[in-house]
Amino acid sequence: MFNSLSDRLAATFKNLRGRGRLSEADIDATVREIRRALLDADVAVPVVREFTRAVRERALGAEVSAALNPAQQVVKIVNDELVEILGGQTRPLSLAKNPPTVIMLAGLQGAGKTTLAGKLALALKEQGHTPLLVAADLQRPNAVTQLSVVAQRAGVPVFAPHPGNTSAEDTDAVIGDPVGVARDGVGEARAKQHDVVIVDTAGRLGIDQVLMQQAADIRTAIDPDEVLFVIDAMIGQDAVSTASAFAEGVDFTGVVLSKLDGDARGGAALSVAKVTGRPIMFASTGEKLTDFEVFHPDRMASRILDMGDVLTLIEQAEKAFDAEEAEKMAAKVAGGEDFTLSDFLVQMQQMKKLGSMKKMLGMMPGMAQMREQIENFDEREVDRVQALIQSMTPAERDNPKIINGSRRARIARGAGQTTAAVNGLLDRFAQAQKMMRQMSSGGGMPGGGPGGMPGMPGMPGMPGGGKKSRGKQAPKKKVKGKSGNPAKRAQQEREAMQRALGGGGKKPAASGSAFGIGGDQSEAQDVENLELPSDVSKLLGGGR
Amino acid sequence: MTDFLWLYILLGVVLVVGLGSALVVPRLRRGRSDDGTTLAPPPSDVEDEPADAGAADQGTGTATAVLERPEPAAGRMVRLRDRLARSGSPLGARLLTMLSRDQLTEDDWDEIEETLLLADLGTGPAEELLESLRTRVRVLGVREPSAVRDLLRDELLKVVDPTLDRSLALDRPVVDGETKPAVLLVVGVNGTGKTTTVGKLARVLVAEDRSVVLGAADTFRAAAADQLQTWGSRVGVETVRSDRDGADPAAVAFDAVRTGAANDTDVVVVDTAGRLQNKAGLMDELGKISRVITREAPLSEVLLVLDATTGQNGMQQAKVFSEVAGVTGIVLTKLDGTAKGGIVVAVQRELGVPVKLVGLGEGPDDLAPFDAEDFVDGILGG
Repeated sequence: MFNSLSDRLAATFKNLRGRGRLSEADIDATVREIRRALLDADVAVPVVREFTRAVRERALGAEVSAALNPAQQVVKIVNDELVEILGGQTRPLSLAKNPPTVIMLAGLQGAGKTTLAGKLALALKEQGHTPLLVAADLQRPNAVTQLSVVAQRAGVPVFAPHPGNTSAEDTDAVIGDPVGVARDGVGEARAKQHDVVIVDTAGRLGIDQVLMQQAADIRTAIDPDEVLFVIDAMIGQDAVSTASAFAEGVDFTGVVLSKLDGDARGGAALSVAKVTGRPIMFASTGEKLTDFEVFHPDRMASRILDMGDVLTLIEQAEKAFDAEEAEKMAAKVAGGEDFTLSDFLVQMQQMKKLGSMKKMLGMMPGMAQMREQIENFDEREVDRVQALIQSMTPAERDNPKIINGSRRARIARGAGQTTAAVNGLLDRFAQAQKMMRQMSSGGGMPGGGPGGMPGMPGMPGMPGGGKKSRGKQAPKKKVKGKSGNPAKRAQQEREAMQRALGGGGKKPAASGSAFGIGGDQSEAQDVENLELPSDVSKLLGGGR
Repeated sequence: MTDFLWLYILLGVVLVVGLGSALVVPRLRRGRSDDGTTLAPPPSDVEDEPADAGAADQGTGTATAVLERPEPAAGRMVRLRDRLARSGSPLGARLLTMLSRDQLTEDDWDEIEETLLLADLGTGPAEELLESLRTRVRVLGVREPSAVRDLLRDELLKVVDPTLDRSLALDRPVVDGETKPAVLLVVGVNGTGKTTTVGKLARVLVAEDRSVVLGAADTFRAAAADQLQTWGSRVGVETVRSDRDGADPAAVAFDAVRTGAANDTDVVVVDTAGRLQNKAGLMDELGKISRVITREAPLSEVLLVLDATTGQNGMQQAKVFSEVAGVTGIVLTKLDGTAKGGIVVAVQRELGVPVKLVGLGEGPDDLAPFDAEDFVDGILGG
């Protein structure tokens, strides 16, 4: 039911083939799909309205009519607009000239402020700063305890003079004096020569007058250099009212998107950036203290549009895969050796480490046409296949040809399945093996014509093979064109983080200054090279 | 190597799915179930009419039934339109448009749609609701936007279904002649307010004179057990917890239920750690918790805590948690803010899981039963 924008756009564009340019009606249809995609991603209604209007205007302009393939152009326009809004004003954390730099965190309850305080502290500490955490959330029961534990894990000191709410009660009454605690915290940092102070405040609703006033008071009292607004990536339409309430109340200077490791599409990012005009600076992507990164506008744009996210996939794969094993395997494939069932078993086990297979497939561009199959794919099937392979002897795994009738029966019994399942597995494997051989010899996917796809035997109802090969070829090329990319990217990432945290003092001239343009722009350029082919491939794939 | 890494992943995926789906296909046919729940059809009173009542019944139909009182003429047009609206034939549709011009402008409709979208209802349900509303408006020949709003309220109410049983199942089950405590498992993603809900729930239960044991199976988040214990101690409720962080949550949950059973407690409420629904490992852990609990006593309720600010992702959350833990009810928290929580409409429609409780604020007793009418009025901004 929730098919992606690329699917729907592909369907829309199917009718456009053969026509050189987009008519107004075509654009209307496209814009309607985009609108829906944005709404499904939880982008706020007013923002969607404005955004689609802008896209429409640009699409109707000369830009498109002059272009060779207008359909791709529309998607590019959308992507550009998104990246522009999301990353228009990226900038590093601004550090105070005279330490301590004061950072204040604010947001709704449960947005992840306390956890983020720890992550930020750890990241700053790794950049050579000496952060101090201040527990000014006296409202939620045991919030102070939580912050202390988090601080301990991050290995940074915490300033918590008030035990906070330990009376078991979430009350409406204000507890203690968070303003005083925050002020004393900054004083403490000055006295003990900490150069960064992170003030964790209580979660509050935008309409809670008393607590919003309190937050404003804290802000006045400590005069922070940065006020970070922490917002949950899965928030819905309420993002706008919340963000504007906080913008008014505490006048935040930057946004942190939390729980981005979930599968929410995170349209809230767009809403907040558009409505408040404040930059989104960081993303919080997990429960560990190290799961904290600089915000990537480009990736977010793809995610909101549900365009697949190859970079994230590669990153995850890198984390989970045993590099040595992968290399061995790659060499084997490239060297023309046969791919055996034991190789497959190893690979499958590594794939499982990546988490849900469905999710991963969803992240791959060009997989859109297979969505139906992906939806119906039962994760447990992987376990069943694994059980089958594990019921074989090593000799059988290396040479499936020796598997005769009685062996089949034994394997089926061992795996608790039927002989038919064993036969099915062996059949498909033989075909897959053939495909691998072709691939290693040809150096690429077998030819694009329908019927030339022996490698996709397991896809019932695959609408023609040509489509598939195209979809697969594109991402491969893409990475090749940018070989060594993951490593480079990791490097960039580190640099970006350093810049963002204001730690780039060593080479301030180029990147540290003017809104971090130096490195970010090159990254943005990469994105353009990177992102477009995937869109193109999808459109091609779907439109055929 | 990086060149090949890609190849490697791709091959893996293709192979796994290829091999997998070979086995899937036969299974699929068996496993598919018809889950297509649709909106309730427009008013059904017409169905009671005699079947032969075509356009002819205007004059002649009455002859057959002597005792039948002729329908008032005003209603006949409505019935005709209604029949046309349902006929589904293009001719019928065109006739309908001719007979009943839509008196409302597109702007009016857009406004109505936006109301629904702003409440996080989602595009799919909003469109369907709007479609059925349009049909109804045509059939009834409504002209006033305000009257349309009333109709919309009706439609929404019908979807939310106020007659649904929303009480918590707190009867103590009897297993092998032994009366076990009713076990409530509270699940949800991070930061929705599970622990707070458990605390508040304990207060409600104690107020109803039930004995309660709390299980702090959130062994992950720093100080979560402390937080729960503080809630419990306020109302004199025992909290079963592990003495260290990172213990096996299933073990803690099991201990809690066992303690409850041993003390002849009425209700055991188990708090779990927040987990994002796309983390396979954590969802497996949740599956284990519920499995292990059922060894000691059956689960009476599995409550999914949803944050009212959650957008379309709420649907995904509800789906996955239902698959893993069999959610029986929803607690909608943080409804005291500006968020409307419209996603639960979609969830209830799709999965049939009703909202049972709502969290209305930070006070310890701000947990209330769900009220369908209030909720719908909230969505419509009333």
